[in-house]
Order: sequence, then structure tokens, then C-alpha cells
Amino acid sequence: MRFFGKRMPQPTVQATPASDADSIVPVIARANRFSVQDLLVEASYGVGARPSRLVMTTLGTVLGIASLVVTIGFAQTAAGQISNQFDAVSATQIMIEPASTRNSSGTEQATGRLPWDAPSRVDRLAGVEQAGLVADVDVAGQRITSVPVNDPSAAQTLSPNLIATSPGLLAAVRGEVVTGRYFDAGHDERADRVAVLGARAAETLGINRVDSQPSIFIGEVPYTVIGIIDGVERRTNLLDAVVVPLNTARTDFGLSAPAELHVQIDVGAGKLVARQAPIALDPNAPENFKVQAPAAASSLQDNIQADINIVFLTLGILALLAGGLGIANVTLLSVMERVGEIGLRRALGATKRDIARQFIVESAVIGLLGGLIGSALGVFAVVVVSLLQGWTPILDPIVAIGAALVGTLVGLAAGAYPAVRASNIEPITALRGGT
Amino acid sequence: MIAAPVVELVNVTRSFPGPPEVQALKSINLRVDRGDYLSIVGPSGSGKSTMLNLLGLLDRPSVGEYHLDGTSTSLLDEKQRAIVRGGTIGFVFQAFHLLPHRTVLDNVLLATLYSGVPRAEREDRARAALDRVGLNHRLDFLPGTLSGGERQRVAVARAVVASPELLLADEPTGNLDEATGNEVMDLFEELHADGLTLIVITHDQAVSDRAERRVRITDGRLSELS
Repeated sequence: MRFFGKRMPQPTVQATPASDADSIVPVIARANRFSVQDLLVEASYGVGARPSRLVMTTLGTVLGIASLVVTIGFAQTAAGQISNQFDAVSATQIMIEPASTRNSSGTEQATGRLPWDAPSRVDRLAGVEQAGLVADVDVAGQRITSVPVNDPSAAQTLSPNLIATSPGLLAAVRGEVVTGRYFDAGHDERADRVAVLGARAAETLGINRVDSQPSIFIGEVPYTVIGIIDGVERRTNLLDAVVVPLNTARTDFGLSAPAELHVQIDVGAGKLVARQAPIALDPNAPENFKVQAPAAASSLQDNIQADINIVFLTLGILALLAGGLGIANVTLLSVMERVGEIGLRRALGATKRDIARQFIVESAVIGLLGGLIGSALGVFAVVVVSLLQGWTPILDPIVAIGAALVGTLVGLAAGAYPAVRASNIEPITALRGGT
Repeated sequence: MIAAPVVELVNVTRSFPGPPEVQALKSINLRVDRGDYLSIVGPSGSGKSTMLNLLGLLDRPSVGEYHLDGTSTSLLDEKQRAIVRGGTIGFVFQAFHLLPHRTVLDNVLLATLYSGVPRAEREDRARAALDRVGLNHRLDFLPGTLSGGERQRVAVARAVVASPELLLADEPTGNLDEATGNEVMDLFEELHADGLTLIVITHDQAVSDRAERRVRITDGRLSELS
């Protein structure tokens, strides 16, 4: 009996005619061999034999795969959030204002000055679609009303602001005319006393149609309302304001300089226009302008995604490694427990390969199970967290499916060593050893 | 015409390289004809296990020839040996080796998986084998719920389901009390009466005495008894 702890040495083989040996080997039809179907059935019994152990075994893979899916899911969701913030509007909008410095007494002071013809200067730049100037006008305490009546009993209402713009501004900030029209270059040139009302200002002033050419009064001076605007994407305070042409504001209120230049640009032209516009505005002192251009959104997204990915992917991979080791451990344990079964199968005609395949498939199935559960948990976590945060969950379905496959691969890799151990078990030693 | 013997060992020596080199079997000659009922008896360490390994195609002789069913086995590769083992040799073990989580029927079916029993016949043959050993009322039982004798009968059914040429029983009564052991031996004898070639390896003199022909193995050497 003492010989059986050792490995069998390769015995010497004496030659006999090969044809002689072949006659004893039965030819088994492919359909009757130990097929993949048989293999899967046998492996599934092996996997299902100890459910509680199976749960513990898959746990590592479940955690690893879940964290991978969550990581990628959040990265994709976050990228989606970012591109929501950097939406089409912001990616195609530039705002230029005079740069300012803090002087010795601590007050902000503009160092530059936007030229009055700024829109026509930047219009010529490649990538610029629309440009418009805007400035807040100081009305020196004059009230803006629709009726020039001084009614002492009327409740004091906050009068709307007065804003002056160039004719192109409305298009540059993507507003739309609800009724009537926006003033044009002619109004501006002649400094006509016309006004356009923001939708909310119009409501405050009680004006909802302009076909009767209603007037509003700034102080005592009447202005003809020619339109009502709404839906602006930038300078949304336009909606609460009365808008007049720039030249009108210069003439009537002594407006000294425009405050901001809004430019609508083509997608992707942000960097170019941001560099060229200050030069076009003032070739001698381009540094006197502050440009707010869209960040190169794609690189920003990449950065954020990379940050998230590296931290969590590392965690996920570590968990996955632990999970793989867990599978390897338990499969090895199961090999040791099932030496009797292995010996029996060998005695019944299983080759070493059949045995190895069975254990490989068992651990791959465990890996697949862990992958599927982990993937499902990961997707669930992404959806729940997105729901709580009010985000739109975004997850490539390929990630979910791929994660389950990664689990299978981990199981395969983890099963390799135990499978080799199993296939090298000496049948009779195993069979006589009891169990 | 004389049919080829089922088993023929010619000058078989099995040695394990040392140091010191150990000769577990020394120049053994043995011939087992179809329908023989042979017992191999011997104390522990006498070489019975090595004998079982060789006869069961689980090991190769270092020197000598093993003819199984009239054909030399020395040229078979590992895969062919596995196929021959599954198709020609049935094993019964002392420890039964039934899979605990599988039903009686499944345990018997296991032997048909590797031995090339046509897929369509597998279940019928497994049921027939269990019928043969008188366990057709236990098909869906788990081995853990069976008595020792019943378990060994399941193992016998499993050993014969693939219609082997040779049944190798390794201490088949070792885990059974005398009464159930005798029942199992009765079953073997019934199978033998039906024409099965039977080799029982045991250290139990009583079991050995039931065989038609007995050989003793001592210190690696074989001797015929009576």
C-alpha cells in the first residue's frame, strides 16, 4: 500500500504491432461519447451540490464585477451629465467683456472698452454666426410704466430694468420674438424711441399685444413697444427688462460703453474665436478683453472619466482578483473533497482531460454566475443612485454583458490550477482512500 | 478453438523507482478465461493494489505484457486506455463511491457517460441494471438514504451497466457486515452464473473461499491455491 502516495513513474512500454492494439479499442460514435452536453450536466451538478458554499464562492466575483459595472456606469452617467451641462448652447456661445483690474482703492475698474461696432468686427471671423452687444442702462431712478399717471394710491411696483442691445443680440442669445418684432439697424442708427419687452416685463407692464402700438414711459418719455421676446438662453434677465437700441440709450440716457458682447459660434469654433475676437476688437490691446469660451468639452469629460475610472477600476479589479482567488480556493477544496468521485470517474472511463474539463467548466460556471449577479447588481446600483440624484442613468449594454463574460473568464482562469490537480489524481489511490 | 482469455498477464513486473527500488509485483503470470471467477487474496502491502491498478488499466507494467481480451494493452495511449477501461472493465469498490448528491439512477447512469453506451439506450440499461440488482424501487433515492448493502448493489449495477467483459471487485464486502456482505457475494455469483468474468480482490479468507479459483499474492509473487 505504501507505493500509492507517490506519483507513478512512466513505465517502459514493449512494442507490439499497432493493429493488434487497435482491435480492443471500441470505436464510439461521436454522439455516444462524453459530450459537451454531458459535461455541462455533470458540471452543473458539481456547482449545485453545495448551494451555501456556492454563494460564498461567487461573492468575490459578484463584488468585483458589480464594482466594475458601477464604475463604468457612473463614468458614463457622469459623462452624460457633463455633456448635458455643456449642452449645445454652451458649446456654441462666447461672451466677451472688458477685462477689469482692482485699483489701489480696491474697486474694480475696467481696463478696456468694447467698441460700439464690435458686432460687425467679430462678424467677419470664421466660425462666428451672430454677435450682439448688450449693456445695462442706468435710468437714474426714473420709473418705467405703461401709463404716465402718477397715481399715489397705486401700489409701488418694481419697475423693470432697462437694457440696451445691438440689433443682432437677440439672435446671438437665441431669443425669439413672441409677438411684433425686434428693432433693427435702422432703429438703432436713428436712435428711435422704440422698445422691446421681455416676456415677464411685458406681463408686469400689462402689455400682451403690440399691433396697437402701445407705449411705455421711461420717466416722462414715451417709447413705442414693437415686440415681446422670450426664450433667451443667455442674459435671461432680458426677460425681465425693457430693451432699447444701443444708440437710443446713448442718446437718451448717456450710455457710455457696452458691457458684454455675446457671440454665437459654430460648434468647435470656441477656441479659435476666443483667440481671434479680442484681436479683432482691439488689435492694439487684445489683452483688455475677458473671453468666456466653452471649455473643450470632450477633454473635460475625458479628464473626469479618467479620474473616476482609475480609482474605481482599480478597486473593481482588486475585488475581482480576490474573487478569482476565492473561486480557485474553493474549487481546489472541492477537488480535494471529491478525490473519490474523480477516481471513480477515471475508473469509469473518463480521461484526464474529461476530469480537467469538468472542473474548469464548474469554476467557469461559478464565474459566470458571479458575473451575471454582479452585473445585475451593478446596473441596479447605477439606476438607483441616478434616480436618487436625478441623473439620467447611462450604461452601455455591452458593458453589462461584457462584465458577465469577464466573470466567466475569471472563473476559467481560477479553475485552471485546480483542474490540473484534479486530472493528476491517481485513481486507485483516490478510490482506496475512502470517502 | 479456444477463446482468447479475458486477462493474460505474461511475466508482469511492476517496479517503482527508488531509492530503494521496490518491486511491487514480480514476474507474474496469470490467465483468466471468460466466465472465470477468481479471487486474489493477500495481506496489506502484498501488491494487491498494484494488481488492481494493472488489471484495471490504471497503471502499466514496467516489464511484461498485459493482454486484455486477447489484445496487448501496452501500445494503447492514455485516451484509448480510458475508453477500453470504460467499455470493458467494471469496478466495484469497498467504499462504494456513489455520488452523494445524485440519485441512484443518476449514479448508475454515470457509468454510461464515459463508456460509449448509445445515448438512447442509457436510461433503459441503467433501469435494467438496477432491476437486476433488485433496486428498481429505489431509483430516485439519494445514496445517503440507502443501507450499506443497497449502496453496494447500486455500485454493482453501475459496474455492469456498460456490459463489461470483466468485473473487478476491490474488497467489495469490506464496509459491510457479514450478512449483507454475503448478500452482495450472492449477487456476484448470480452475475457470474450469467457469464460475467469476475475477479475479487480481498484480504478476507471467507470471501476468497467462495471463488471457484483462488490465487494468493504474497510479497509481489502470485501462487495458485488448491
